[in-house]
Amino acid sequence: MKQLIITALFAFLIAGCSSTPDTSGQDGAPVETRGGGVSTVTAGGVDGSRLPAILTDPKSILSKRSVYFDYDKYEVRDEYKELVTAHAKFLLDNRKFKMLIQGNTDDRGSREYNLALGQKRADAIKKMLTLLGAREEQVESVSLGEEKPKNEGQNEAAWAENRRGDMLYNGEF
Amino acid sequence: MRLTLLKLRGLFLIAFSALALLQVPARAELTIEITGAGANRIPLAIADFGGDPATSRALTSVIRSDLERSGLFKLIDSSGIAMTESTSPAYGDWKNRGADALAAGSIGASGDGRQEARFRLYDINKQSSLGGAAFVASTPMLRAAGHRIADVIYEKLIGEPGVFATRIAYVVKAGANRYELHIADADGQNAQAALKSKEPIISPVWSPDGSRLAYVSFENKKPVVYVHSLASGQRIVVANFKGSNSAPAWSPDGRKLAVVLSKEGGSQIFTVNADGSGVQRLTTSSGINTEPFFSPDGQSIYFTSDRGGSPQIYRSSINGGDAQRITFEGSYNVSPRISPDGKSMAFISRRESGFRLAVMDLASKQVQILTDSNKDESPSFAPNGRMILIATEIGGRGVLSAVSIDGRIKQRLSIPAGDVREPAWGPFTR
Repeated sequence: MKQLIITALFAFLIAGCSSTPDTSGQDGAPVETRGGGVSTVTAGGVDGSRLPAILTDPKSILSKRSVYFDYDKYEVRDEYKELVTAHAKFLLDNRKFKMLIQGNTDDRGSREYNLALGQKRADAIKKMLTLLGAREEQVESVSLGEEKPKNEGQNEAAWAENRRGDMLYNGEF
Repeated sequence: MRLTLLKLRGLFLIAFSALALLQVPARAELTIEITGAGANRIPLAIADFGGDPATSRALTSVIRSDLERSGLFKLIDSSGIAMTESTSPAYGDWKNRGADALAAGSIGASGDGRQEARFRLYDINKQSSLGGAAFVASTPMLRAAGHRIADVIYEKLIGEPGVFATRIAYVVKAGANRYELHIADADGQNAQAALKSKEPIISPVWSPDGSRLAYVSFENKKPVVYVHSLASGQRIVVANFKGSNSAPAWSPDGRKLAVVLSKEGGSQIFTVNADGSGVQRLTTSSGINTEPFFSPDGQSIYFTSDRGGSPQIYRSSINGGDAQRITFEGSYNVSPRISPDGKSMAFISRRESGFRLAVMDLASKQVQILTDSNKDESPSFAPNGRMILIATEIGGRGVLSAVSIDGRIKQRLSIPAGDVREPAWGPFTR
């Protein structure tokens, strides 16, 4: 809300100052309004909140949230099926909970194409969750593409860490 | 305006508004480094402008560096000659110095507290005036007046509009959780932050009138498409559907955007009105369809798709129908951008494991690789079609590079200790 007021105030100030440029004394000169008037906006964030211990206790399988993918592959590997199944069961038993799946890629190639590849990974996890009982409206799959690397290194080990889907519950996103 | 400008003879005036006073300066300015030059550079002399020494020196330097940076002119030494737009040039002397063209001018008070810069351009061999112009500017906008003068000189001598008075947008990653969308003059100066965020910002694209930017922001932990009015800072959410929203592209009339949405499964191209209404699906193939770009006539959309097994560029009518495959060489061709005249396409192609800027002549399908770098991304044409701005990486750091369409001239724009990416060259401004 505060942000809105500041933005509105700024817009008002700009409008007030940039009204009719003074052309008096010019020989029929066209007026140019280039170059000026870029006002800075600061984007807001999202607050987290408390989750039940079963989702955060390191001893609970549900505290594990990441699914790793092979290079150029978009299927959930067998070793992650137990994890995804556990989250599907939690969502089935806890209909009030919602999940955001964020797909990620390594940073080689086009940012937008990588965004689409990350979406494929997030969609693969979502499909498995819904097949196992999570409701469509409980799960949203999105992509962060190459924008939020877990490991910024430029080697196979770093890239492998970034080929990943993360499952977040409401309050965590 | 541009056409009128060519028709007008003698002096005319353009006034600049004083909007510049409200600018929020960004901390770090882009610095430009030029590598390579055109094959046949025009020998051009810019005499030191007359008037207040400090002001005229600053103005002369903007004009000279603009023209030199283009790679199309060889600047001839003009030291020791004092002249203005009203001095008759000593053609023989300038010829001896090797100049084919000469510009001379002055700057002085316009009578209303602003400055007026006047100049005249001469053809040394024909011993004739090529015309001139005058620009009135408030002191903070003097650089802009210099860019306008450089544009006039460029257009008269090259025969196509100059882009020195245009602006560019780009994203600076200023820290682990600091992203800023900057707007700067085409020479990297006068940078201002339009958006600061803790989350990534990608894919900025200018509206055809240069007043707005569409981009993708991750500030809500997922990609959402915004349209941002630069003067007011007002932002409109254009696409925030369930799933990912990305890859905005303006229609040439500025009324619509093509966007990529995953709301119906997969990544598919939709069109949406610039206010977020009227969403319509365009592509229906399985797999990925992304990076839409309108042809200049607005009738077709070029895009990247993996429908054939590897990412390749396709073209489709905006009315739907079968898509036509455009790229065939290599296993990774992405990020299509069509030149303003519609004749060529810039894109990124993976060659010998490097991601490189390529240009295709759309009629002959001939492809030329323009760089030998490894991480080229996000090409965007200058509005006169002469240069292509890309993001690339040098020493692990993101920099911008402007490459001429023949690959001969390269300008590198970087911020000391900053990571610069996602450039977009803005349109001509009136």
